[in-house]
Formats: sequence, C-alpha cells, structure tokens
Amino acid sequence: MKKKLAVLGIAASMCVSMCAAPMSVQAAEDDVLTIGFAQVGHESDWRTASTKSCQDVFSAENGYDLQFVDCDNDSAVQLEAVRGFIEQEVDYIIIDPIVSTGWDTVLTECEDAGIPVIVIDRTIDDSDKYAAWVGSNFKTEGLAAGEWLKAYAAEKGIEEINALVIEGTNGSSAQIGRTEGFKEIADAEGWTILDSQDGNFDQATGQEVMESYCKSYEGKFNVVVCQNDNEAFGAMDAMTAAGVTYGVEGDVILVSFDACTAGLEYVKSGDINADFECNPLAAPFVEEVIKQLEAGETPEKEVYMEEHWYVNEDILSEITVDGVAQPLTVVTDEIIEAQY
Amino acid sequence: MNKLKKLTKQTLFLPIFCMLLVMLVNVIYDAACGNFAFSFFSISLRNGVLYGRLIDVLNRGSEVAILAVGMTLVVSSSAGTDISVGSVMSLSAAMCCMLLAGFGVSSANELQVPLVVGLLAGIFLGCVCGAFNGFLVAYLDIQPMVATLILFSAARAVGLLLCNNLIVYIRDKSFKVLGGYLGFIPTPIIIAAVCVAVTTILLKKTALGLYIQSVGINKKASRIAGLNSRKIILLCYIICGLCAGIAGIVNASRISSADTNNIGLNYELDAILAVALGGNSLGGGKFNLAGSIIGAYTIQAITTTLYAIGVSSDQAPVYKAVIVIIIVAVQAPPFKQYMSKRAAKRALARG
Repeated sequence: MKKKLAVLGIAASMCVSMCAAPMSVQAAEDDVLTIGFAQVGHESDWRTASTKSCQDVFSAENGYDLQFVDCDNDSAVQLEAVRGFIEQEVDYIIIDPIVSTGWDTVLTECEDAGIPVIVIDRTIDDSDKYAAWVGSNFKTEGLAAGEWLKAYAAEKGIEEINALVIEGTNGSSAQIGRTEGFKEIADAEGWTILDSQDGNFDQATGQEVMESYCKSYEGKFNVVVCQNDNEAFGAMDAMTAAGVTYGVEGDVILVSFDACTAGLEYVKSGDINADFECNPLAAPFVEEVIKQLEAGETPEKEVYMEEHWYVNEDILSEITVDGVAQPLTVVTDEIIEAQY
Repeated sequence: MNKLKKLTKQTLFLPIFCMLLVMLVNVIYDAACGNFAFSFFSISLRNGVLYGRLIDVLNRGSEVAILAVGMTLVVSSSAGTDISVGSVMSLSAAMCCMLLAGFGVSSANELQVPLVVGLLAGIFLGCVCGAFNGFLVAYLDIQPMVATLILFSAARAVGLLLCNNLIVYIRDKSFKVLGGYLGFIPTPIIIAAVCVAVTTILLKKTALGLYIQSVGINKKASRIAGLNSRKIILLCYIICGLCAGIAGIVNASRISSADTNNIGLNYELDAILAVALGGNSLGGGKFNLAGSIIGAYTIQAITTTLYAIGVSSDQAPVYKAVIVIIIVAVQAPPFKQYMSKRAAKRALARG
C-alpha cells in the first residue's frame, strides 16, 4: 500500500512539474516583438529595479511581448530558460548571466536559430556570439570614487588618507572593477589601505566586518569605502555602536557604491559622503540596441550606461575620471524621488 | 595526575577546551603583534553599551546558539538533523516584516500593525514549519534530512513571495531593539540566554529531557514503555521551528530589514556543527545542551578571530575547516580510544 502511494505521489508530482514548465507560446502577430529575458534572480533592490525597468520598457503598450524568467541565482535554470526561449522562437533574448563561463554551446544554439542575444549587467567571458553587452564600467566607478576622494581631501585640507575597504562578493565583476579602480588612485596618491575584507554585498556581513575593523584599527582610519549601499548601512550601524562619527559632520569619510534610493537618502542626510551609481535601468539602452538591429544596423559590442556620482556637499562641481570631466550631483529630494 | 584525568573525563571538557584553544590563538596573535595580549578579552563601556571582541562573539553567536537549542533536541530525539532552520529563519523574518510594513511596501517608517503582532506571527510561522517537519518525520516516518529538505528549499521562496521579492526595511526604532541594545547589553545575548534558560528548566524540571533521550536511544522500547514517541519527536521539531523563528526575527532586527535572500543563509550547517562540536552524537540519544551552546559560540569565536587577524575573507573558510577538522577529530571515539590505550601502555611501562 505504502509503495503504491509513493508511486502515485511521484507520478502526481511529475504531472504538476510538467504542467508548470513553460508552455510554448506561439510567436505573436508580426508587429509585436517577443523578447525573452533570463534574469539572475531578485536578491537585491538593485536587481528588482533592473527587472522592473525591463518590464516597463518592454510592455504590451510599447508593442512588446516580454517572456520573463527569474532564475533564482541558479545557472542551470538560466540555461534551461534560454533553451526555452529558443523553442518559443522569440525575436530577441536578453541574458543577465549568473556565471561568466559555459555559454558557448547555448549561444551557438541561439545563433543557429537566428535569435540575437543581448547580454546585460554581468559579462560572458567564453563566447562572443552575442549582439551586444549593455552594462556598467565598474572600474570607472572605482576610479571615480578615488578621484572624488582626492579632490575632496584637497578641498578639505586632509593630508593623510587611511582607508578601510569593505569589498563586495569575491570574484564578482563589481568587486574586481571597483577594487581595481580605487586601488589605482590610492597607489598613485600614496594612500594607506589598512585592510580590505569581503562584506558579501549584504548588510549583516558589512556590519560584522566593520565591527571588527573598529576594534582592530581604533582611531587609525579616516575613510571607509563600502562597495555597495547595503554594506554601508551595516557599517553605519557598527560605527554608531562603537562611537565613531562618520559622514559630512563626522571624523570618517564614508564612500559607497550603487546609489539606490535608500542610499541616496543617507547621502542627503549627510551620513554617506559620496555614492557612486551603478545604473540598473538597462532596458532603455537595450531597446536602443534592438531598434538598431531591427533597422539592420550593427550595434556597438559594448554599450556603457550613463551613471551619476552623488555627493552631499556642494563644494566640488566635477571630477576628471580617465581624462574625462564628469559632473557631481548634489542629492536633493527630487533626485531621490526620481531614483528607482 | 588523577585530578587532571578526572577533569578530562568531564563531558564538557572537550567543548570548553576547544573554545579556549580558539581564544588562545587570539592571545598569541595579539602578543605577536605587540598589542596588549589579552585585548581580545577586554570589555569596556563605550557610548553607554558594552564593547569588546568577546561581546561581539556573544552577540553575533546568539542566532546560532538559539538554533543549536532546537537542533540538539531534534538530533537527540530523531537521530537526524533539521536542515530547514536557515530557510525557516528567513521565512519568519519575511512574515514579520511583511506584516509590520504592509504587503508590497519596501520601506516603512511607521508600523502597520502593533510590533507584538508582527513578532508573534513570525515566530508562530516558525512553529508551523517545525510542526510540518515534525509531522513528516514522526508520523510519516520520512528520513529527517529528506523531510526537512522540502522546507529547506521552499521556505525561503515563500518568504520572497511574502516580501514581493523586495528587501523590506522597517525604519522604526522599536523594531531595532531586538537586534540592538537593551540598556547596555546587546539584546540578542539576552534573548539567547532566555531561550537557553527556559529550555534547561523545561528539560530539568520536567521529565521531557528524559523522554527525549529515551526516544532517541530506542523509539520502539520507549513506546512499549508507555511513551508516545511520535508526539515527542513532533514536539522537538516544533521547538526547533520556534527557535528558528526567534533567530530569524533577531537577525532581521539587527539589520532592521527582511533581507530574505541572505537571512539564515548556511545557518543550518553552523547549527548542526554546533551540536557536533558540543560532543553530541548525531546518531541521537543522549545529549548535552550546554555542549551545543558552547559549540555555537566556538564557531562564532572562530569567525571573529579570523576577522580580527584579518585573514583574507576568501581564504577564511579554509582556516575554519582546518580548525573544525581538528576539533571534531579530537572528539571522535577512535581518537579517544587511541589516547586512552596509549595512556594505559605508558602506565604499564612505568609500573
């Protein structure tokens, strides 16, 4: 009896999972472009903003049919999702690759099926069979942070910089680029980077790392660089508990990356000195690429998105990053309102 | 010599010894760096709150300690582990924050329902998860790991649904107290202490502790002796779920948000390790709650030590693994046998 029940159970669960599998949707009428989007997951506000940007731009009103798959940070699911899109014969595929390798086979399948692939945000390293990549230049972000700190220190008459860095998840392109960029300026200027540890891009770890920093380097640091806003929130809690003052009025200069809405609120209140944006709104740029492809043009292989550098104080108007002058934006209520 | 032997025969000797070993590393490191050798142990009042690395260990180790309480009972009664506790933590936190902020709101400055309602709902959901696991294990006789695997994968996903895939921030001071400070003591320490105290009283003052052990040693014999084995196993899982719920809410309050993707991530492994480090057999039966608690704080002490020494974080797991291997190997029965044989041989040679 038990065995029979078990078999029944397995059969039932298989039926359910098969029904739940993506049903093949026939390519819709000619004027509607079907777009398949294999998103990483939903692990942060940033990711949610990225998803929403695609859903807004590729909406039915704008003449698109968006097939959205949330891959929940599972690269196997993502490969399956892309294969599903090929079967559905979508017109374009957007991938935010969870891992940077192992893409050649499936991208070849896309190519054979004649479906152009647009990669956003993270990169694909072992294949170039995609039409374009749209994303941020993380190294530029790191360089911008360094250049801003240089200009800010000069303006404020701070001679010695002793920085603590809370890095993002090890091996992520954002961590590599931001570390590299900031370190380049730090080395050139002769700043001391006291320590640099992994904060895993989340608030709890950021808090824990900062708690330890406060004890190890008590009174020895005057700059804290957090590689995303969530880490900065954690670091702020830890410094408050340790009695270290930070921000515009405090002893420690706090620099953060991402510039999500909550981050900008802290920039406005002066808790974070400067926040370097990582723009999640890739969809408008992707649409641009798709329009070029529709018109038969060849888009640029690498499209860098426009990003803003947000500060609290109106003492510097621009910084020069990689020889290009870039404006600094002072955060106001309107800017916070408009941010994702 | 005899006194030393008596000391090493104590049940809690090894867990405490391991803890001291980890702390010794800190003393040596501080001395080698030319700092005050015992700076790891220095506790001071700063900003009106307790401050020091030892406080960090106690504070940050609270969640694992709370989980270890429930895990010990589950391991003892059902000879299996509950691997869903981490996910249940995140689900409880999600439920609590969703109620407090309102569905689909990502940042709430005012609480939508009274704080107590949110907290109790979160903890209650933890109990429900525990009851679900317990039912599968006790009444359907499913292996604990397989039974809890269901919620291990599902609970976090349900939590994300509750939070509408957002990180829900609760910007209300009263919510922050649970993960912050009560007076000058970090609240998580107090909560962990209360959990341990209540469980200890429950186990010592009633026959529950005895029942759990007897069910763990022999389920059939206990049933024949008149114990309702199934009910006792179910109860242990409910307590485990309750602990996971409390731990989840403490963790959410620490960061004043429900970060469903990260809360409780890999905590189930730490909780199981805490039980093992405490000298408890994962095969069920006799257990030692104090050992598990010490095990939980040992794990946190290792983490805090690695932060203090500034081990590059991508290599930290390697050091952690090495320390854990040593600690577990020292406690393994074959090693103990080997040591006692050697001691006997030596005594023989001398005598």
